[in-house]
Amino acid sequence: MEHVELFFKSIFIDNMVFATFLGMCSYLAVSKKVSTAVGLGAAVIFVLTITVPLNWLLDQYILQPGALSWLGEEYASYDLSFLSFIMFIATIATMVQLVEIVVEKFSPSLYNSLGIFLPLIAVNCAILGGSLFMQSREIATLGLATTYGIGSGIGWFLAILAIAAIREKIRYSSVPAPLRGLGITFIITGLMAIGFMSFGGMLTGGDEPTEANDKAAQIETVQDNSATKEIANNTKVID
Amino acid sequence: MGKDSKLILDPLADNNPITIQVLGICSALAITAELEASIVMSISVLFVLGVGNVVISLMRNIIPSKIRIIVQLIVVATLVIIVDLVLKAFAYELSKTLSVFVGLIITNCIIMGRFEAFALGNGPWRSFLDGIGNALGYAIILIIVGFFRELLGSGTLLGMKVLGDPIEKTGLYAIGYEDNGFMLLSPMALIVVGIIIWVQRSRNKSLIED
Repeated sequence: MEHVELFFKSIFIDNMVFATFLGMCSYLAVSKKVSTAVGLGAAVIFVLTITVPLNWLLDQYILQPGALSWLGEEYASYDLSFLSFIMFIATIATMVQLVEIVVEKFSPSLYNSLGIFLPLIAVNCAILGGSLFMQSREIATLGLATTYGIGSGIGWFLAILAIAAIREKIRYSSVPAPLRGLGITFIITGLMAIGFMSFGGMLTGGDEPTEANDKAAQIETVQDNSATKEIANNTKVID
Repeated sequence: MGKDSKLILDPLADNNPITIQVLGICSALAITAELEASIVMSISVLFVLGVGNVVISLMRNIIPSKIRIIVQLIVVATLVIIVDLVLKAFAYELSKTLSVFVGLIITNCIIMGRFEAFALGNGPWRSFLDGIGNALGYAIILIIVGFFRELLGSGTLLGMKVLGDPIEKTGLYAIGYEDNGFMLLSPMALIVVGIIIWVQRSRNKSLIED
């Protein structure tokens, strides 16, 4: 259930393009035709699915404060988190190269469709952003990190597919000359982002606290009240 | 000297990195809800791009072209770590607001784009000027967007209440003005940049796309 929730949350609510504006450069540059947009989108899903879990492992076992304790007691106090940018980007650049080589070797047809996009992806902010958000949102397990990677990839794919389709159609309408091309794409993306904001309420449905929880909460607040009264009394005494 | 000043002045308007070269959009949109964050982000990019361009330009003859992307990424990542640590030490609250977007300067396309397009083929001094010019062009857009979003969205500039107090109904609020909270949401950043592009291209017709 946790996986399903995170999956849909990363596709719709925290959509890479519409909620956090990651990967905008390639989103704007490669969205002139649907076919190329699909190629780049697929490559992004692919690379995110690999790099997010990999960077999760790096973060968990090397970078976090105290993560090195598996090496022995004397390493337990090390905090390497300041290195995370350089480690993440190195992993991403290496993985992109590796994926490129492997895909070229084993599936020339896939390479032909993804090939030119793979080098672009190393510097796509969506990929590094995926890893950095994974770190800052403290995703708990390797499985969840993988789900998060796939979900954000699919979200990005949907976004670029939608804008490419719209841009193909909009060529036939009479947009004011200064807005043509880049300007209107920005404004359409803004409108689409407003649309995507409506997904924000998607996951709030099941969160109502049950009765038992309510009672527990009430008891707690009662105790809190008595505690504060006691403190107040004490301070009066001191006064 | 004329050529050198062109390096700084061109990116400010007719060759602006954001509105014309379409580089570095992500951060321009995500952190511009407040003017202060936009200014700090601009200064960070100014530092990274200025220093990075010089470093890459000095190393341009010894970087093997096949692995240049990785070399560039390492240089940028090192500079960004410096910026991040400085922000955490001297402006902790702000570094929390900027969160991952400081780290994302690494993949800010302006930086890689200028390395590839300029620093790899020019000397250190000219590369430095180019870096400063492009970072300033980026800063202008960020500050314009941040200015309008903060002014219309929360009625403040750099945290100061310039339009009067919404609770005590002074200034503009006395005659029924209301803040437009929608300006603070992320989609409006896109629309504001779209409008800037519109204005710029109607003033300079040669920039219009087919």
